[in-house]
Amino acid sequence: MAKIKYIEHNGKEHEADVSNGLSVMEGAVQNNIPGIDADCGGGMACATCHVYVKEDWFNKLPEKSEGEDDMLDQAYKPNTSSRLSCQIVVSDELNGLVIHLPEKQV
Amino acid sequence: MIDTDVLIVGAGPTGLFCAHQLGIIGLKCEIVDNLNKLGGQCIELYPDKPIYDIPAIPECTGEELTNNLIEQIKPFNFKSHLNDRVQEIKNENERWIVKTSKGKEFLTTNIIIAGGVGSFEPRKFPTKNCEKFEGKSVLYSIKDKSIFKDKSVVIFGGGDSALDWAIELSKNSKVTLVHRRDEFRAVPASVEKLKELEKGKKIDVLTKFSIKDVKGHEMLESVEIKSDDGDIKIINTDYILGFFGLIMQLGPILEWGLNIDKKLIPVNTESFETNKKGIFAIGDICFYPGKLKLILSGFHEGALAARGCFKYSRPNEKYKLEFTTTSKAVKERLGVKE
Repeated sequence: MAKIKYIEHNGKEHEADVSNGLSVMEGAVQNNIPGIDADCGGGMACATCHVYVKEDWFNKLPEKSEGEDDMLDQAYKPNTSSRLSCQIVVSDELNGLVIHLPEKQV
Repeated sequence: MIDTDVLIVGAGPTGLFCAHQLGIIGLKCEIVDNLNKLGGQCIELYPDKPIYDIPAIPECTGEELTNNLIEQIKPFNFKSHLNDRVQEIKNENERWIVKTSKGKEFLTTNIIIAGGVGSFEPRKFPTKNCEKFEGKSVLYSIKDKSIFKDKSVVIFGGGDSALDWAIELSKNSKVTLVHRRDEFRAVPASVEKLKELEKGKKIDVLTKFSIKDVKGHEMLESVEIKSDDGDIKIINTDYILGFFGLIMQLGPILEWGLNIDKKLIPVNTESFETNKKGIFAIGDICFYPGKLKLILSGFHEGALAARGCFKYSRPNEKYKLEFTTTSKAVKERLGVKE
């Protein structure tokens, strides 16, 4: 289990306890946290669960999946701290993770 | 005006199988989809990815599933209207008049929305100022490549469309390709060709840059791009093209007066009818307690929605369940000989 903080683009913060094995995307969707659309349902087939992870956490996350950057090319305003939240699997190590949500997904 | 029993909005697996069910019970239908081919997400997002949870099919790809569904509805000769999108609806004498973005008109007793997460549309530039030039000098697809002859063009993107057009247009135009990272997701042969053209100074390639702003008055004059480290470059150009893939948008359906909750349409589970009489929603777009976003659920929902349509299209007949194995009438509709 990890406590994850999701910060909306307008600065509004949400905290959620997310079980191990779920993705950061699922953690947001199950807790009704706005800002993640996840149109394809976690299949890495769209880019609407795009989030930003600041450097301190970015380097601690498991590496990007194969093809994740290809999908991120198609996201709204991707940059070097972009990830697809459906590809970040939650574990105890991610306790305290801070996720920044983009202004919009589509 | 095309007169029909049912208009299906969306030609993904759910919409296609629903058409099959309508055919089996003897109703007419027409199918509209914004893509240029049948299959929806299956064909657009994951044609080559294997699917393992279609009942009685241990493994098939999105493309195979689509082809099989098309084969399955062939006997009914339903017409599909591709590259078109439903725009507005009007109720008239218990029936619906539906207009599409291309100006087609349908008169239908029922509408079945099988729209998935929405229709596919190109992802646009995030820059507000681009809207002013959209369709003139800021483009997301190419209809007539001759307009670029002897002009300068800045292309954004790193996939097949971006590279294919950069390579093609470099023959007659001054082309700059801008991409947000060093790797390209286009096929290796295109990436190789691009490198060769870059070496020969036929194409300028700028990576780790993304769009910041566009400038111009009547016509586009320049585009400003920004690197990851904050470097800014201004490129004078006649056109900019964005190829960032497709996104899904619910679009005009939002304006139809249907109840919508978190981009989903609540339905009953008897016939998958919405809050509007004669409008049904099935597949990923519908919501009810226990809803699973699986293709197999969409098949079930389509079968029941088809029976719901029967009630309105044949008010004087009582629906009777008939099996494809035994019913003579169903076999006739399928065109199979005894």
